[in-house]
Amino acid sequence: MVERRPWLDLATHLLLALSALSLLLPVWLAFVAATHDLAGVNRMPINWLPGAHLWENVVAAWERGHFAQRFLTSLGVALGVTIGKIALAMLAAFAIVFFEWRARMVVFWIIFITLMLPLEVRIVPTYAVAANALRPFQAILDVTGLTGLIEAVAGIRISLEWQMLNSTVGLVLPLVATATGTFLYRQFFLTIPEELVEAAKMDGAGPLRFLRDVLMPLSRTTMAALATILFVYSWNQYLWPLLVTTEPDRATVMVELARMVPRGDSLPEWNIVMAGALLVMLPPLAIVVLMQRWFVRGLVQTEK
Amino acid sequence: MQRRATFRSPWLPWMLVLPQLLIIFVFFYWPTGEAFQWAFTLEQPWGGGREWVGWQNFAEVFSSQHYWSSVRISILYAVATSALAIGIGLLLALFVDREVAGSRGWRLALIWPYAIAAPAIGMIFRFVFDARAGVFSLFNAMMPGLWDPSLNGTHALLMLILAGAWQLVAYNFVFFLAGLQSIPRGLNEAAAMDGAGPLRRMRDIQMPLLAPTFFFLVIINLTDSFTNSFGLVDIMTAGGPARATDLMVYKIYSDGFKGLDYSGAAAQSIVLMGLVVALTFIQFRFVERKMHYR
Repeated sequence: MVERRPWLDLATHLLLALSALSLLLPVWLAFVAATHDLAGVNRMPINWLPGAHLWENVVAAWERGHFAQRFLTSLGVALGVTIGKIALAMLAAFAIVFFEWRARMVVFWIIFITLMLPLEVRIVPTYAVAANALRPFQAILDVTGLTGLIEAVAGIRISLEWQMLNSTVGLVLPLVATATGTFLYRQFFLTIPEELVEAAKMDGAGPLRFLRDVLMPLSRTTMAALATILFVYSWNQYLWPLLVTTEPDRATVMVELARMVPRGDSLPEWNIVMAGALLVMLPPLAIVVLMQRWFVRGLVQTEK
Repeated sequence: MQRRATFRSPWLPWMLVLPQLLIIFVFFYWPTGEAFQWAFTLEQPWGGGREWVGWQNFAEVFSSQHYWSSVRISILYAVATSALAIGIGLLLALFVDREVAGSRGWRLALIWPYAIAAPAIGMIFRFVFDARAGVFSLFNAMMPGLWDPSLNGTHALLMLILAGAWQLVAYNFVFFLAGLQSIPRGLNEAAAMDGAGPLRRMRDIQMPLLAPTFFFLVIINLTDSFTNSFGLVDIMTAGGPARATDLMVYKIYSDGFKGLDYSGAAAQSIVLMGLVVALTFIQFRFVERKMHYR
């Protein structure tokens, strides 16, 4: 604080309290709705204070949404995306920053262009690829005439197929295919002093040894920051899981939540739906509250 | 950015980037290329592959009245959501940055919405604004039709904008706060010595110095509103009532996966890609170059 201004300080607190409360208000109303029975939630005017039925509603939502299974699926996806992205990002950034090779800049640009287009704008063809992940390679074989050649020579018709719908791999891989983490890791690697590399080389450490024993321990904070935002990002995914999980049993929590409201004109059981909404938002909320420092750091760094 | 001390190996760097290259080839470059192919071809009804049709798919999209209304709504949604979220985020950051007692607590009280998934908050807003169960139910009982997002398109869009802004405020707040905290403290203190009060300093020192952050956030917010609104729309309104909230990204989904019009959806995807690339280009070309205060 630069100077004492008691009145302005008071106004500041009032403004901030008002904003924090209005941000909280919808979630508070959802919480209140989740603590009433069906009659209480449909009462007019609505209840502003919690009732006594929270546990019943949470249990009903948990069972109706098969959340035990859905939480496992979502956890698998979130961990898969987080670990996969961090591992790929670290290896690729390592190759781009610490190696001298001719294709370096080309590879750099090939990877960084993927930052431009989010998954949403290429969703239809990506779905086609998930239906058969080897489709690009099959198409290449067909176009180059290799399929015909191999058929003529060996008598085998090559038809590559790897169907990813309804599998964890299919849920995870397309979400991994961007360069957010690579960019962050590159920025971090560029701050590593050259002396460290020279010292490692002088001591006879090879590149992989250098990565494992020097860079990985040094990048712990980067890794933590990246992990928090990637976990939140992938847990909250909706469009891609909605498309890929064509079997209801393979759905993630978000897809399941959407299904809890019947389409059409019938009034949903809001008390149970709201309990479900509160349940699915708990894990990312816990991450942000408990790891606030890493989260803020990751958020600010990945966008720059 | 070239370093002097590097490793050399003919094959190791390739092995290291190979996993990432494979994944982005299969799930980024191939689908993007395919979107272009589909946009200029039409699948033949009884097999026989795809036939080149030139700009015909685009002509059909552009001659559709529904498409232009979708574009209008998307722009309205993006501008309104971004303006609300940036305005509120900036205001909150300016006041939290005053470092009154308990600033850290305030920070947490304002960033948690970022963790909430679009489907969850969409569902909550849908309940809160529901005509029969939400906060307006009492007024609706007294004056039927006063507020009903399931019948009135304007109400539905308004509800969507509020939910979108609610989601983005926390993000903008974090960036404005980071921007404010990187302003040298000496500037603020010098201005205070010269007799400038806190509000004057906000207007004449902090806000101008935040200009780069501000323009960066404008672009990010617009891009996000154009591409990332699917979850909210699908949960809250499903594009209705009467297409009043049929945003571009939702229309791509419904035309492609519900209407099975792959070529039309691909053509729309290309337009949306163009829009996103243009916004990114503006960011790199103008914003990042012209805003230098250091």
